[in-house]
Amino acid sequence: MLKFDHVSKVYKGGKKAVNDLNLEFKKGEFIVFIGPSGCGKTTTMKMINRLIEPTDGTIYINGEDIMKKDPVNLRREIGYVIQQIGLFPHMTIQENISLVLKLLKWPEEKRKQRAKELLTLVDMTPDYLERYPHELSGGQQQRIGVLRALAADQPLILMDEPFGALDPITRDSLQDEFKKLQKKLGKTIVFVTHDMDEALKLADQIVIMRDGQLVQCGSPDEILRNPADEFVEEFIGKERLVQAKPNITTVEQIMNSKPVTITPEQSLTEAITLMKQNRVDSLLVVDSNQVLEGFIDVEMIDQKRKKAHLVSDILQAEIFFVEKDALVRDTIRQILKKGMKYVPVTDENRRLVGIVTRTSLVDIVYDSIWGEEEIAQ
Amino acid sequence: MEVMKDLFVYFSENGAYVWEQFFRHFLMSAYGVLFAAIVGIPVGILIARYHKLSGWVISLANIIQTIPALAMLAVLMLVMGLGTNTVVFALFLYSLLPIIKNTYTGIRNVDATLLESGKAMGMTKFQVLRMVELPLSLSVIMAGLRTALVITIGVATIGTFIGAGGLGDIILRGTNAQDGTAIILAGAIPTALMAVIADIVMGWIERKLLPVKNKKGTTAEIENPAV
Repeated sequence: MLKFDHVSKVYKGGKKAVNDLNLEFKKGEFIVFIGPSGCGKTTTMKMINRLIEPTDGTIYINGEDIMKKDPVNLRREIGYVIQQIGLFPHMTIQENISLVLKLLKWPEEKRKQRAKELLTLVDMTPDYLERYPHELSGGQQQRIGVLRALAADQPLILMDEPFGALDPITRDSLQDEFKKLQKKLGKTIVFVTHDMDEALKLADQIVIMRDGQLVQCGSPDEILRNPADEFVEEFIGKERLVQAKPNITTVEQIMNSKPVTITPEQSLTEAITLMKQNRVDSLLVVDSNQVLEGFIDVEMIDQKRKKAHLVSDILQAEIFFVEKDALVRDTIRQILKKGMKYVPVTDENRRLVGIVTRTSLVDIVYDSIWGEEEIAQ
Repeated sequence: MEVMKDLFVYFSENGAYVWEQFFRHFLMSAYGVLFAAIVGIPVGILIARYHKLSGWVISLANIIQTIPALAMLAVLMLVMGLGTNTVVFALFLYSLLPIIKNTYTGIRNVDATLLESGKAMGMTKFQVLRMVELPLSLSVIMAGLRTALVITIGVATIGTFIGAGGLGDIILRGTNAQDGTAIILAGAIPTALMAVIADIVMGWIERKLLPVKNKKGTTAEIENPAV
């Protein structure tokens, strides 16, 4: 969808803003450019719609060299949202939203219809159409700014710190809203920010730049897991790396590797003895190869003790389990959402290797609160 | 009191004549401003685009502005002869500065982010001018026309010296006549009145053209827009 091929930009006076950038992105990706001020991220973005022309190299959109296209037509096919919002104060909301459509010579009726349609995307009522931008709050104005970029159904949208000037609460809700919208509409977004939280929250791909150079490009997980160098680490922030730990550790690292198990051929009496010995109320059932078959718990034994003798008789085969390289973050969410007491952990062949219980979660919490101090001491 | 009575007598006897001169006076001023607008607004837009030129152009207009009206008319008379056209040309020159300067300021003051927005949305240069820059600077340009019109109404009074007519004729006649106070006033009061009315009317138009309209009544209900 979008490809940078050895792209450089040298400003008059020899200042290199962007140096030999090579990147490629797929359709529908949310790409966030991040870096300290002056690192060339905005320049890179503006080269995409030729507000700034690259000195060297080629940028391709869907395989087409943008330098070979008419800049005016090119820009009409690319949405653009800026921090200062840039709504035209002398036009109504409807005129603002449908401006690109007007440039594309859509008939008046269709433009109105489209503006109305778009407003519903951000849960605003049609009576806003006739208002002027200054009658709206900052958050509402930026919503309109986003809609304006969506009006002609442009597949690619450029955003230059669009939420930077909003208060934290509005910014947060707008980010959520926008991420949802992007998923729904399948747009490719190029988003520039210097706010790491924002980048981690929104991005599919984060591109970290410094002094016009690409430092690292990868998904938020990859970057948190393997920061390329000290600069990236510092930029992400120590605190965030620690906080991100539960996000990036795998279940294997925190699980209890000695779950109490029983085989289906054993009797219920044995099961009860085993529970008593280990002071647990349920047992995982595995076959001789350690393959997970299900579980039994004390209530099930209690109900069916008169009729059943073997574990296999009362075994509950429907069981939720995770693989050992699943992320702790996701596992915790599952445990909390489903109200489970524990989750068995298996390898790729469904062989039981451990268990994550609520106790393990307490350990994580303990680590993240006191663990750092212990290391420091 | 005597003067007031004389004034009334003059108006009642020469009403049609005063009215004719009033109209002539106004037309001279209006034409001067109109021609200046036709030249000055494009020049203002041009120097806003290539603003290296702006220093030169505005200095030139400034110099024209500093020439005393009588001297200007005298010099123009040598070239263009007597008559209305000479006066209209002088008024044209006097109107240039406020019009060029206001057009230049108005367009330069349009928020750069709006220009970038427009360009990034795929407007051609002409569309940016027509859909963004002009509408947003219209009230400032209008203020320039307003200043120009008030200046020309004043300057047009001396057009009488080169036979252009206008209310200046009446004033000049008053100064030549014995006990001419009433006649002087009969020319001066309509001139002042014209200037004041022109100022008020142009001010009203200027406010009408403000890009951001403050509609009273509708603002009350949206004072606390939800986020």
